[in-house]
Amino acid sequence: MAVPLLSVENLRLNYHTRQGLVQAVAGVDFEIRHREALVVLGESGCGKSSLAKALMRTLPRNAGEPQGRVLLEGEDIMALDEERFRREVRWLRMALVMQASMNALNPVVKVGEQVAEPLRVLRGWSGGRARERAAEVFDLVGVSTDFLNRYPFELSGGMRQRVVLAMALVTDPQLIILDEPTSALDVLTQASIMNVLKRIKREQGTSFILITHDVATSSELADRVALMYAGQIVETSSAAEFFREPAHPYAQMLMDSVPRLRQDTRPTHIPGQPPSLLDPPSGCRFADRCPSRFDRCERDPGAFRKGDRRRVRCWLHAGGSQLS
Amino acid sequence: MSQAASTATAAAGQSLVEVRDLRTWFELRQWGFMRLGSVKAVDGVSFALQRGESVAFVGESGCGKSSLARTLLGLHQPTEGDVVFEGQSMARLGRRAMRDYRARVGYVQQDPFGALPPFLDVRRILAEPLKVHGIGRSERERRIRAVLEEVRLSPADDYLRKFPHMLSGGQQQRVVIARALILEPSLLIADEPVSMLDASVRVEILNLLRGIQQRRELTLAFITHDLSTVRHFADRIFVMYAGRIVETAAVQELLDHPQHPYTQALLAALADPDPDNALDLREVPGGEAPSLLNPPPGCRFHPRCPKHMPGVCDIEDPPDFEPRPGHLSACLLHR
Repeated sequence: MAVPLLSVENLRLNYHTRQGLVQAVAGVDFEIRHREALVVLGESGCGKSSLAKALMRTLPRNAGEPQGRVLLEGEDIMALDEERFRREVRWLRMALVMQASMNALNPVVKVGEQVAEPLRVLRGWSGGRARERAAEVFDLVGVSTDFLNRYPFELSGGMRQRVVLAMALVTDPQLIILDEPTSALDVLTQASIMNVLKRIKREQGTSFILITHDVATSSELADRVALMYAGQIVETSSAAEFFREPAHPYAQMLMDSVPRLRQDTRPTHIPGQPPSLLDPPSGCRFADRCPSRFDRCERDPGAFRKGDRRRVRCWLHAGGSQLS
Repeated sequence: MSQAASTATAAAGQSLVEVRDLRTWFELRQWGFMRLGSVKAVDGVSFALQRGESVAFVGESGCGKSSLARTLLGLHQPTEGDVVFEGQSMARLGRRAMRDYRARVGYVQQDPFGALPPFLDVRRILAEPLKVHGIGRSERERRIRAVLEEVRLSPADDYLRKFPHMLSGGQQQRVVIARALILEPSLLIADEPVSMLDASVRVEILNLLRGIQQRRELTLAFITHDLSTVRHFADRIFVMYAGRIVETAAVQELLDHPQHPYTQALLAALADPDPDNALDLREVPGGEAPSLLNPPPGCRFHPRCPKHMPGVCDIEDPPDFEPRPGHLSACLLHR
């Protein structure tokens, strides 16, 4: 079998806070193949953004050292020192578009220059050559090249988001991590940015990790879905399996909570709250809110294999072979 | 009894709120004196809200929906037009009457944490409006407990002494709703009440609002950008675009038979979770919502409209047409 583009093994990340150690990412495993889009779905505080930051090494100061292995085409990039990671991996092979990053553009530098900058810094390209490439990616994300010489304040929110996407694309990375790329945008703008992403995936063969809480929008890009809850991935499935027949009780309840435009079923909410990550339960982390809980849930279920690439972290699916 | 309330009895059967050709403009100046023109946030809006109905104002950011809400609340002075509440014109209200008016209209903000004072506990937060309206201590305590039960923060004793930061987002929003209800308003305006909350909590808060609205027979004006939540929580929809209402109908009617090209585009852009979504591109009209400083002439949607008729839509201002019974749409295609 071909080596996956990215494979993450038992990734753990803690934050040091005044109240104690917060286990934001508690042993996450997944893999992405070439040209694949993985959606990491989860509600706020489930650790999905921390996961992205750990992969890209853009963690805040109070974060501990991430543990586990991250293999990019078979090479352990967690083992690289910071300088090599900066020179060889970040931006060139893996790029990140952060939440609300459209507001993080430098207000006093023309957007064309900002998009060209990674090429000049990381690849040592001349200004002219980098600007030419910037014009190409502007085309790709649907921003007129007239805008190359504009400043961020002259652009609308949707345009700025496209520019940020262009920045991530300019070095032609194999993998782009998008953290809530459209959640601050309007419905129509959001739909047109999703169109851009679909086109890039199709035409450039880029792989994506799309991190979001928005179930409906996530289905626009997903080949596969990893659902996070309280720092763990509770289900990994293909998009077809996940959106049609979710397996984990949390996945099922989450799908039922999504209001639908074209179906008459009334959405229902999930009672209760996720556990504190300061002192998470030792058993299944969803057990307290789960309608199908039984005595085995006192113990951590681990991920059960269900079919070729499907994993479900729930005792109800213990029929499959256990992984960890 | 307040003056507004006695007028209400006389006016029973009428609509609760009538808005007539309302305009709320904000003057834009540079360096404090150079007039650059006006941002026409609400620009000629008319509608009536009946007692006990739940309506949704749907539109994208910058369409004027929040300015409309704030004008209804009396926080912005209308530039033109009038709001008639329980038969009384808001333009002629004095300061006292305005205070009474504000007691009759509750407001649920978008960001619950920002809407709650961080240094007051839940009891003080809820007591404050009652004090302003001169309600005595024991009655205050009774009302606070009752309203906390109503928003399902029970037992009340667990919450009375908590500060906002000690509550979850959903609980904070319940406190905001409790505060909006405590003076027993007849109109509740909720501006994006769930957009800051997680998916699983959203439905809970919306169900709560809907339940309260039905039990109290309140008029609920629900402002949102999310059409998919509207379906189960409103009776009627107003679709807004660039400071105007472009389409109005009962919820099911509007979702099943959208008439205005803007509404059609909005519905086409919205996904339900479905793995097939990843297979095709969505149809999205190009361009962006126009500047409200200089809105385009004629129909404001014409520069983006796929059905744009040159020489018509860019000249004539579309009035409301009624292409289907009870269904209004401001588009010249219906002529």
